[in-house]
Amino acid sequence: MNSFIANFRRLVTVFAVLGAAASFAAHAHAIAPEVVHDLALGENDEKVKAIAAVVASGDAAALPLLQSLLAGEVQTAGETVLRVKDGAAVDLATGVKVDPLPESRDDVVLNNRVRRELATGIAALQLASTDRATRLAAAQALQRGADEDILPVIQRTLANEQDPEIKSLLTLTQATVQLASTDKPTRLGAIRALAESRDPNTKTLLLPLLEKKGTEFVEPDGEIRAEAELSLRAIESRLSTGEMIGRIFSGVSLGSILLLAALGLAITYGLMGVINMAHGELIMIGAYATYVVQNLFRAHLPGAFDFYLLAALPAAFAASALTGMVLERTVIRFLYGRPLETLLATWGISLILIQAVRTIFGAQNVQVENPAWMSGGVQLFSNLVLPYSRIVIIGFAAAVVVLIALLLTRTRLGLFVRGVTQNRPMADALGVPTGRVDTYAFGLGSGIAGLAGCALSQIGNVGPDLGQSYIVDSFMVVVLGGVGQLAGTVYAAMGLGIANKFLEAWSGAVLAKIALLVFIIVFIQKRPQGLFAIKGRMADV
Amino acid sequence: MNATLPPQVALELQRTLGVPARPLLTRGGWGMFALAAYVLLVLVPGLNLLLPAEHPFHLSDYWVTLAGKIMCYAIVALAMDLIWGYAGILSLGHGLFFALGGYMMGMYLMRSIGHDGVYHSDLPDFMVFLDWKAYPWYWSFTDKFWYAAMLIVLVPGVLAFVFGYFAFRSRIKGVYFSIITQALTYAFMLLFFRNDTGFGGNNGFTDFKRILGYPIAAPGTRMALFMATGVALLGALLLARLIVTSKLGRVLTAIRDAESRVMFCGYSPLHYKLFVWTLSAVLCGIAGALYVPQVGIINPSEMSPANSIEIAIWAAVGGRGTLVGPIVGAFVVNGAKSWFTQAFPEYWLFFLGLLFILVTLFLPQGVIGLVRRRRAASAGVRR
Repeated sequence: MNSFIANFRRLVTVFAVLGAAASFAAHAHAIAPEVVHDLALGENDEKVKAIAAVVASGDAAALPLLQSLLAGEVQTAGETVLRVKDGAAVDLATGVKVDPLPESRDDVVLNNRVRRELATGIAALQLASTDRATRLAAAQALQRGADEDILPVIQRTLANEQDPEIKSLLTLTQATVQLASTDKPTRLGAIRALAESRDPNTKTLLLPLLEKKGTEFVEPDGEIRAEAELSLRAIESRLSTGEMIGRIFSGVSLGSILLLAALGLAITYGLMGVINMAHGELIMIGAYATYVVQNLFRAHLPGAFDFYLLAALPAAFAASALTGMVLERTVIRFLYGRPLETLLATWGISLILIQAVRTIFGAQNVQVENPAWMSGGVQLFSNLVLPYSRIVIIGFAAAVVVLIALLLTRTRLGLFVRGVTQNRPMADALGVPTGRVDTYAFGLGSGIAGLAGCALSQIGNVGPDLGQSYIVDSFMVVVLGGVGQLAGTVYAAMGLGIANKFLEAWSGAVLAKIALLVFIIVFIQKRPQGLFAIKGRMADV
Repeated sequence: MNATLPPQVALELQRTLGVPARPLLTRGGWGMFALAAYVLLVLVPGLNLLLPAEHPFHLSDYWVTLAGKIMCYAIVALAMDLIWGYAGILSLGHGLFFALGGYMMGMYLMRSIGHDGVYHSDLPDFMVFLDWKAYPWYWSFTDKFWYAAMLIVLVPGVLAFVFGYFAFRSRIKGVYFSIITQALTYAFMLLFFRNDTGFGGNNGFTDFKRILGYPIAAPGTRMALFMATGVALLGALLLARLIVTSKLGRVLTAIRDAESRVMFCGYSPLHYKLFVWTLSAVLCGIAGALYVPQVGIINPSEMSPANSIEIAIWAAVGGRGTLVGPIVGAFVVNGAKSWFTQAFPEYWLFFLGLLFILVTLFLPQGVIGLVRRRRAASAGVRR
């Protein structure tokens, strides 16, 4: 009974407001003096009513009026309502300037409730703004404090609004208000409307309807519960498409990073049977080369800063390739045929490189900025944004793979590299300069590591320990993919990346990683030579 | 490949091939052994406990702790040498077994804190912090020392046995084996870094109060731990010597040098490798268990791949394939480390890295190899 009366009273208010709106629309220049009077001098209830009237009026003066009220610029002198700003006063009822200022003025007292109503009213009025940012901010503000009085304004705005983000916010707000209504058809309608939503936040609106407190449902009405369940399922199935695509995308993205990191390693390991523990540090050198190029551009060519990556790529390649070739000439070539010792020696090299970078650049991470064209992303669904930086890296990894494939299959050096990989003594006997091929191939593998570093600098931290975090992963890719096999490396990297992301969603990041490591350990039992083993008598040696 | 000769025939072959009996230690060796035992069990305790602090020959607690710590490392280096120097298998996962032994001991030490923790609860502080109400199942009985001691041997041992069985059965060797052991360590490190695993997450175990009822920081307890470590090191050395002088050791060396040939002779390398691999892991676990009460902390960073690789360099610096070598290596490298990290902290990694490179390039036999070469050269000159 009580609720019926409350409901009735609210309805009356709405009608009153609508009536007022209709009548005020007639003289659009000023807001009725009675309303202004109530706004400043009325009791709290009258103030709230007056605010609703002002909002509903749709008058151009409504917004500044409410804003100045909230800012404390509206004052009263006796029965006159003034706006006092910078020492000048205007009578709000007549619009006439009052000069001089009346001596005794009172501030308009606003309690919290009135303030809240004011803020909501202002937001509702701002929805009519032509500036998108203002409208968006208003829609966000409304989400927090909307009530049924604002509904007509929201509905009116929804009919005209074009921007999808604002529209979805408002739809959500509308449904929130309607859900709280006591009218069953309104609520059912709201729930059905929510089913059309593409916003993950709508789930949080519907879930409470299905909650249980003890054995009782919070929502007593079974029909509403059933409807909510249906809507929830519709939203979830729509969202899950987005999530699925997002997961595959981030899997491919992780895979392309693993691929870049492991590609160089696969070449050097395939060719020389040398596990280069300093490979991660070659990646790190590439990232730092990118950092240096970035700083040079910032200092000397600020106009072309957006294109610094074009210069950073060859710089990163060259820096890492040179380091790699020097290492091959001075250390690794003396350890051929002793793979375990090579492993230890290259580990020593990695320690020295880490400490060297720490000494030169400091132990802290350095800042590598994305060029402007790499920030932002493509929004596919409301819950799925594909960042440009990730897309660029996927494309870049693909380009590197194609280039390496061409290099290995179409050039003389590539032929030599493949020959030495398959059978070193035979290649030697046929006149392939194996020593030089080793150096070049090591340089190539290291250079690719440098490219990987350049790519990684765009999406992660650049610090002396950068390489350490990728080394185990890239070994796993090489082990899984098999030795000296480009295709194997690609499949292994992509497979690991995607599997990692799917497991992550299911069990958390750390357990996913552990599960993959265990999987690889088990996999090695079955196929010790990796997915794509080179067939032949030399493969086992 | 798996066809093995019947054991009878293999035994016969062995007899015919004839392995000359080698003494466990030569007379000089026993002399050195006795001297080491005297230093560790009589001299050091005496200098530390009986002499007053201002006496010039007094050995401070700092040195005792440092030496105790390095002796634990020496046991690990010895274990590494058994598997790497004698069987040719480079493990990059020995840090894991060491840390597991340490964690098992740590569980016991955590239980012995009793109510003296910050929160005065039955549970260790980190569990109170996580709002756990009871011990997880794998913590049961860890308040008993005998049970903890059993775990110290069993946990690294069983893990190594299972892992080794699968790895050696499918004949994973060389670099592949090293990488896989590294992955194993890495996986465990990630696991132990999690708070939910129930081993204190990031911080691990620390703030121990007592061991077997004795206050853990007291000079007497400290010295007892030092002596226990000394006994363990000497015992491990004798055990290793026993293995490498036996036929088993001969076969291991043969596997290292020419595995296929050993197989064609009718041996199944699996059992030999598995035995020495498991034994090596158990030794590491014991070393870890002795290490934790002396250092007072165990955390997952002990499992980091870098630590495990460092173990290999101890063995390499001293000299692989000798038994005294790794012990010398552990003392040299770790002594250098504690000096360097105090004197020039920023140059330690340079030094360690150079050590890795120079030893592999120029000292494949380590310091011991260098000494032997010198000795052989001077003997040659005299002749």
